[in-house]
Amino acid sequence: MRLVKPRLVVGLVIVGVFLVLGVIAPLFAPEDPTAWNTYFRNKPPSSLHLMGTNNLGQDIFWLLTWSIRNSLWIGLSVAALATAIGVLVGMLAGFVGGFLDRVLTLCMDVVIAVPSLPILILISALLGGNASLVIIAMVLVIFNWPWPGRQARAMALSLREREFINVAQASGESTAKILILEILPFMLGWALANFVNTILVAIAAESGLAIIGLSSLKEATLGTMIYWAMQHQALLLEQWFWILSPILSIMLLFIGLFLVSTGWSDYFATRRGRQ
Amino acid sequence: MHVIRFLATRIIVYLLVVWIGVTIVFFVPRFVPGNPVDAMLGKMMSQGTNMDPKLVASMRQTLTELFGLEGTLWEQYSAFLTRVLLTRDFGPSLSYYPTPVSMLIGRALPWSLGLMLTALAISWTLGNFIGLLAGYHNKSIASKAIETTAMLVYPIPYYILALLLVILFAYVWPVFPFVFQVSGAPGTWQWMVSVAYNSFLPLMSIVIVSLGWWIISMKALAIDTKEEDFVQFARYRGANDNKVMIRYVARTAILPQITVLALSIGGVFGGSLITEILFGYPGMGSLIYKAILGSDYNLMVGAISLSIVAVATATLVLDILYPFIDPRIRYN
Repeated sequence: MRLVKPRLVVGLVIVGVFLVLGVIAPLFAPEDPTAWNTYFRNKPPSSLHLMGTNNLGQDIFWLLTWSIRNSLWIGLSVAALATAIGVLVGMLAGFVGGFLDRVLTLCMDVVIAVPSLPILILISALLGGNASLVIIAMVLVIFNWPWPGRQARAMALSLREREFINVAQASGESTAKILILEILPFMLGWALANFVNTILVAIAAESGLAIIGLSSLKEATLGTMIYWAMQHQALLLEQWFWILSPILSIMLLFIGLFLVSTGWSDYFATRRGRQ
Repeated sequence: MHVIRFLATRIIVYLLVVWIGVTIVFFVPRFVPGNPVDAMLGKMMSQGTNMDPKLVASMRQTLTELFGLEGTLWEQYSAFLTRVLLTRDFGPSLSYYPTPVSMLIGRALPWSLGLMLTALAISWTLGNFIGLLAGYHNKSIASKAIETTAMLVYPIPYYILALLLVILFAYVWPVFPFVFQVSGAPGTWQWMVSVAYNSFLPLMSIVIVSLGWWIISMKALAIDTKEEDFVQFARYRGANDNKVMIRYVARTAILPQITVLALSIGGVFGGSLITEILFGYPGMGSLIYKAILGSDYNLMVGAISLSIVAVATATLVLDILYPFIDPRIRYN
């Protein structure tokens, strides 16, 4: 049986392309692509403007790269924080057990069940389009840590019974040391799959808010790009690159992230099975 | 005893979810800079009306009262909890003055629940059926093709697919309406047809995406289940293949899918809020959106807190039904 599935490779290639577009390409943007009237309006695609310009005089290609950059930034920071918090809390709950475990599990179950989108809508609506990406990212972290938390708890619970943990405990290791040195390494492979999945969830939530004009309207993200395009009648003007490029980017990026996340957990499970 | 413990845990979680959700909705406006009264007054002033300061002061007083922003924080909080949990009275809506907020919500909520539950019912049934077939015959090419398609569709958010469907079928090839517009009197045949016609695209955007997930997960469950001893045994006994698939594999593999169905309600509801706004579908999403556009504070807070209660309740109902479906929980 092949260890690396084609699924994982395809996913990595797609995500890799987006990393290049979102991290490296924006460095070469000739001007701030969010500024209006930098270029002639409504130019068709050419060697000068890869995707043409829109009716605000923005270069669509460079606008897209900036949008990808900001969307990735939200996704990566939310995923990193939520996974870190979730893994730590979950490990603690599963390993210590007892009353602490019951309280933490209840917390996680409750936070998972609270519908987060209406609350995000409320916060952004009250901030009136002035919500910064940082605030939105923070709220997303609050609602997304329990997913990895629950899984980490289940893993810590089963690891607790293993021989080497008993040995560590018997030899007088502190709980913190056992958690970090003995249990954490087992979780990293799985945590990576979760991390990738949370990137997807966070970008999805932000772009959902942005499409209805409730994200930060000052910064370009894939969602706000769609919002601007709709607000400025990109459909009526048949500016397909303007409206379709962020839509297709989101679809492709999400398919890529999903393939990486499931492909990696499959790969990880097979590898672990061989040990 | 097992059932009682199970129900008790679920109900405690439900109460906590409602309480925490409602508490967040209460505190958010009070911690976010700028208060709704000032926002409302600012909006009125910007419309060009010249008001004398006395009038403004008395208006500020009225609005503070209307929005339930009077008294100490604790008084406001307990009044708010009573409103949401017991009386469901959020005062009058400002953009539809003097229609009470509860009436607007009462009109919108059935639309949202209808859209969401129809979408879930269709996608869950269809997805599990396709997933079962694909999992039971997992060596076939069709099975692999179905899984690949499902994996490509599932990660797409509802509203992105909704946008794409709008562009394709309401704009490029206009077979469906761009704006939701129902004709005929409620209850008549004409009305029902027009509702179905208008709801088709929003419904499809939710069905297609969630279908992907049910297919992927059911396929995995069916593959695991069909290797189990009791299924093998049924096969050795010479039971008909379709009978083995339905009676033995499907009945076992469907159970986890019911739990996931309960868990997915919140996500589907959240996603459909944005879908509704994009299609102008007359549910809670559009109501909340109108409230935001009109700075209608009472409507916003009322609609959002009742959305949270509605999602939590729908989840609880499914959870409570679960022991009646799963014999392992019932008899343990």
